Amino acid sequence: MENQKYIPFTEDMKKEYKILIPDMLPIHFGLIAKMMEKYGYDMEVLKNHGASVAETGLKYVHNDTCYPAILVIGQFIEALESGKYDIHKTALIYFQTGGGCRASNYIFLLRKALEKAGYGFVPVISISLNGLEKHPGFKLSFGRVVRMFYCIIYGDMLMSLKNQVAPYEKNVGDCDRAIEEITASLGAKVANMGLSFRTVKKNCRKIIERFKSIPVEQKPKVKVGVVGEIYVKYSSLGNNGLEKFLLKEDAEPVVPGLLDFFLYTLYSKITDRKLFGLNKSLYPLFVILYKFLLKKQKEFIALTAKDGRFDSPMPFSEVSKLIDGYINEGVKMGEGWLLTAEMLELKERGVKNIICAQPFGCLPNHICGKGMMKPIKDRNPDMNIVAVDYDAGATKVNQENRIKLMLACARDNLDGEIKNAI
Amino acid sequence: MQDKVYSLGVDIGSTTAKVVLLDGEEIKYEKYERHNSAVREKTAEILRKVYDKYGDIAVKPAISGSAGLGLAEAAKLPFVQEVYAEGEVVKRKEPDTQCVIELGGEDAKIIFFDGGTDERMNGTCAGGTGAFIDQMATLLNVSVDELDELSLKAKKIYPIASRCGVFAKTDIQPLLNQGAKKEDVAASIYKSVVNQTIAGLARGKRISGKVLFLGGPLYFLKGLQKSFKETLNLDDKNAIFPPYSRFAVALGAAYYAEKTSIDIKLSNLIDKISNSSHSVLKTDIAPLFLNEEDYAEFTARHNKAVVKKADLNSYKGNVYIGIDCGSTTTKLAVIGEDKELLYSYYGSNHGNPIEIVKAQLIDIYSHLSPDCRIAGSAVTGYGEELIKNAFNIDVGVVETIAHFTAAKFFKQDVDFILDIGGQDIKCFKIRGGAIDSIMLNEACSSGCGSFLETFAKALGYDIAEFAKLGLYAKHPVNLGSRCTVFMNSSVKQAQKDGAGIDDISAGLSISVVKNAIYKVIRATSISELGKNIVVQGGTFYNDAVLRAFERELGFNVIRPDIAGLMGAYGAAIYSMSVKESRIIGYEELEHFTHSSKGILCNGCTNHCHLTVNTFSGGKSFISGNSCEKPLASRSGYSTNPDLYVDKREYFKSLKQNFRSDKNYKIGLPLCLGNYELIPLWYNLFDKLGFELEVSPESNRQIYELGQFTIPSDTACYPAKIMHGHILKLIQDGCDAVFYPCLPYNVDEEFTDNHYNCPVVAYYSELLHSNVSETESIDFMYPYLNINDKKELCIELYQILGKKFNISKKQIKEAVDYGFNKLNEYREYVAKRGEEAVKYARENNMRILILAGRPYHVDSEICHNIDKLARSLGFVVVSEDSIYHLAKNKRVEVKVLNQWTYHSRLYLAAQYAVENKDVELCQLVSFGCGVDAITTDEVRRILEDGGKLYTQLKIDEITNLGSIKIRLRSLLGAIEERGC
Repeated sequence: MENQKYIPFTEDMKKEYKILIPDMLPIHFGLIAKMMEKYGYDMEVLKNHGASVAETGLKYVHNDTCYPAILVIGQFIEALESGKYDIHKTALIYFQTGGGCRASNYIFLLRKALEKAGYGFVPVISISLNGLEKHPGFKLSFGRVVRMFYCIIYGDMLMSLKNQVAPYEKNVGDCDRAIEEITASLGAKVANMGLSFRTVKKNCRKIIERFKSIPVEQKPKVKVGVVGEIYVKYSSLGNNGLEKFLLKEDAEPVVPGLLDFFLYTLYSKITDRKLFGLNKSLYPLFVILYKFLLKKQKEFIALTAKDGRFDSPMPFSEVSKLIDGYINEGVKMGEGWLLTAEMLELKERGVKNIICAQPFGCLPNHICGKGMMKPIKDRNPDMNIVAVDYDAGATKVNQENRIKLMLACARDNLDGEIKNAI
Repeated sequence: MQDKVYSLGVDIGSTTAKVVLLDGEEIKYEKYERHNSAVREKTAEILRKVYDKYGDIAVKPAISGSAGLGLAEAAKLPFVQEVYAEGEVVKRKEPDTQCVIELGGEDAKIIFFDGGTDERMNGTCAGGTGAFIDQMATLLNVSVDELDELSLKAKKIYPIASRCGVFAKTDIQPLLNQGAKKEDVAASIYKSVVNQTIAGLARGKRISGKVLFLGGPLYFLKGLQKSFKETLNLDDKNAIFPPYSRFAVALGAAYYAEKTSIDIKLSNLIDKISNSSHSVLKTDIAPLFLNEEDYAEFTARHNKAVVKKADLNSYKGNVYIGIDCGSTTTKLAVIGEDKELLYSYYGSNHGNPIEIVKAQLIDIYSHLSPDCRIAGSAVTGYGEELIKNAFNIDVGVVETIAHFTAAKFFKQDVDFILDIGGQDIKCFKIRGGAIDSIMLNEACSSGCGSFLETFAKALGYDIAEFAKLGLYAKHPVNLGSRCTVFMNSSVKQAQKDGAGIDDISAGLSISVVKNAIYKVIRATSISELGKNIVVQGGTFYNDAVLRAFERELGFNVIRPDIAGLMGAYGAAIYSMSVKESRIIGYEELEHFTHSSKGILCNGCTNHCHLTVNTFSGGKSFISGNSCEKPLASRSGYSTNPDLYVDKREYFKSLKQNFRSDKNYKIGLPLCLGNYELIPLWYNLFDKLGFELEVSPESNRQIYELGQFTIPSDTACYPAKIMHGHILKLIQDGCDAVFYPCLPYNVDEEFTDNHYNCPVVAYYSELLHSNVSETESIDFMYPYLNINDKKELCIELYQILGKKFNISKKQIKEAVDYGFNKLNEYREYVAKRGEEAVKYARENNMRILILAGRPYHVDSEICHNIDKLARSLGFVVVSEDSIYHLAKNKRVEVKVLNQWTYHSRLYLAAQYAVENKDVELCQLVSFGCGVDAITTDEVRRILEDGGKLYTQLKIDEITNLGSIKIRLRSLLGAIEERGC
């Protein structure tokens, strides 16, 4: 809209500003921040946690807004208030998907909140595939998008391997040490990353080897898939440390990666063409990019599969087929059909216990989360799904109690399977 | 020493501790006691009783329950999730059970046992079952046992919202104030608990076969048992209320314990529990008062805000009576000519305010000296109309004005008033001597004062004692700032963390204040509130709350010594302008009698439940009405233009068309997006030769028809009601039902994009998956592009072409025809909007934009608020009838303006700003996530333009009382501003 006023991030700012990133996926975002160094950016993933983040958010955002917005905005403003940064040399960045979900408004709510808090001068960079805004000092070229994609591949792999090894490690902390070690060495590499996928593959193989070297004790454990609204699903700030909680409960968390979401966002442009005849001019470009990235994803999956030790995700093109008869791929607001697909993908991978994490009152989740549980359960009676709402007012004890119920059933089912196997 | 090992199950819920000792199948010992949040001590105490009886036996223990989780962790004992424990009981005791329904103190659970276990617990927003019934009993001023007895004598059921306790409470309160019978209310409360449990938990799954009912409330309360049996249609064979109902979880824990490996001596176990250390509480909230001097200074300061008192018996001259008939309490004040307080009363209205007022008036009259004359009287509050009619009170005054009048007396330049009463929070900002903006708490965050009181009672204290406990608490707990149901579970968490009663008391006071500031006022900085703040309402007698408020503000405020009487005092002052009082005389009052009965209004299809109050002398007063129709004194404004009526009439004209060309009937649900697009679809299909049926306007029955297929009960009411519409169309024999998926709505210029909200766009996907009846018909929900006729033709041809032998040309003609009709409709709405504006101006009337979404026109969804507004003298227009009249189409919107319906709101607000005689009220459906964004923007546009913003939050709830207060306050404020 032409009267939309925002402070663009200029070329000059690029030289002396620090850009703050919200804490959603620390491994992924950390790598992307490192990678952006290559282009001369100084970026930092925020680490401030605790109840004060939500409190700050509640002060500056309408309390009925989704919980992720409250947290992200709260975390930013708390950081600006902390005195740690030169607020006149600081910019904020947030990724947004665009589309009919109210999440598209995060950037605007953030700007309104900044104004209220007296930080109206802080530039906010919005990254989106829809190209909603122009920031001369921060452009997403093809090369940058592809490199970002590679960082996501690394991030997804690290997250997945860690989840598969950590519950079984003989020496507690081995995995965390491995992650630290790898991210440190990867950090240096991504800062000088080329466009060649061969290097990525080489690094991935190394990562696999590194994780294989961790001594483990194989014993049957309950596997629990985590799906849901993207922020709450990944961010420990949003889901009250869900991964840690599951590890403590002696379960193996299985968290589908970010890659699919990335592809899903791109794919919805293609669907728009198919269903509504939109995006006619850009359509061929979207198809080329989609096919390119899908090919890379398949190669990447093949690496883990070939090694054979670890479980690997399904390629996006197969995941998208799973929703046949459940939900249409036209449902593309928020996590849309991908949320339903991820539940079904987990089941295909043998993970029948699922936590569907969502912010309280999440609109798309009414449809593709809670709305799809009945048909999923009807057709897959062995699946054990629990929906957990996250919110500034919801308490950890209630959430954990619900998860414990799901886990109790999961353990029963596991015992049954073991008996049957004998 | 004996070798025998017993199993021991311990269940610690939110309010009670239960212990069961098992010897094989035999229950040796069982105990059920309230723990008053002393979880560890109570458990140890019960176990010691077991020890006294059986000695130091060996046991296999297991702990369960929401408050048991922390204990089990701290004492390193096996824990079993409570629903899982119940599953164990079912396996042993009633293996052919299909479904278990359990109500606890705060939890509700349903477990299905048909083909695998499917266990569901209430979500975060549906709390309050046992505790809710306790609360309701308090409200009716009866014990829980009496409530149960009452319910068995009920003759009729009132509809009570079944989402959460707070909602139900706002329904019940007016019923009581309007004189509904306690018997009927009691049964209605049970019915709402039943509905809440079934709708909230079954989520589309039918409950049938053998049902096992567990938990305390279902064990004790016969009326509740009856209500469940009736609602679920169960006979005695299939409804099982077992003797172990209360202990079921503990029993299940004992069964589970049998399978665990830990044996432990009972003495050892008691030690472990007694010595279990709790995690140290982390809190950054400072104590309210450091020491007694601190408190003394505070008290001395507040003792200065006093009103002059005088003796009624010896007073000579004119006196004025003010009555504040609130939701839970009734207040009276009598003042003299110098506004001195001669008499006051403050007390609970015990569900029958008429008797209280009668007794007080008799008391006042008996004290009046012969030289004294009642010169005026005024009444305010929820029960305003009832009291006014019963006792011939001279004037009714809207609450906000009454409070403002009183506050001005204490501080002439008051610029902010915060009133926290038993049921509601009211805040108003004052600018230039007039009320500038009004904020009332939404139904979902109400229950402030009475919440504290009920909580104190539940923990075994009276409110004054409980509040005192908090004054010097060292570590007040942080309980968040949201609705009371959430607070309940926050308290649970605090108890788990080992917080003491004093810390909880202080924490609750702080959260009441935070709720007011951040949820209701939504202040971001303190300077926003004002400099001269007067606080009032009974809750501020509580020093802990007052202190917490001053602390949060960072400066001092004025609390009048009559903080709880301000409404009555203000009404009394207000009545000083009365010329000649007509108030009921002494003699008449002595013989005054009152009776009430409930009837069903047949004035229109709404069928409101009316309460007819009959007073001695043949006078009567009807309440519960949502319009003026049943009232003898017809409002003179009923013929005002009302766009909501015009639109409804239009939709009614789309009747069934009875075509038989295709021998195929398509049903069109009149819901959500169809409330705008139905002219397109109807005419398009009509042109193609299909028989058509449009579902009727919504009503409660339609909602209930589909109620049990709703998977996500936090979705908005307009969406949830759609389940019933679909089922209605299927029942009526439609071959197909059509509700397309439209992520993109009509593109109207000036916006960033033109989406529908996710719910409107994709609700069909959810319906298809959750309403199994859709399998029996052709449920059509294609993805369509309505902005590109060519695309639309292609898409429709794919669906209809082959199947019905329709040519591309026919489709194109039908699409063109449909769009013509749609445009005609939109032009009609715009024309009617212009005419309404013209009418208002010719007749010198105010125009009110009831701004929402097209589907808010549905009278079940908007509860006929348009009629209410008309009865107050407004000409009512809808947002879509006037937004085209805004001169500045490029109104600055600071958010992403990307939803078609919502962008109309911004233009409508702009139109209100541009016109002096136009006001806007925004209708917001509970659960609408998008409106969290639009409300702030609409408010900003209006306030920047010098207009008042009023938000009306609507849900299943049918109480129009608070909405009326808002609308009247708006009117009062406009008049005071002299606009």
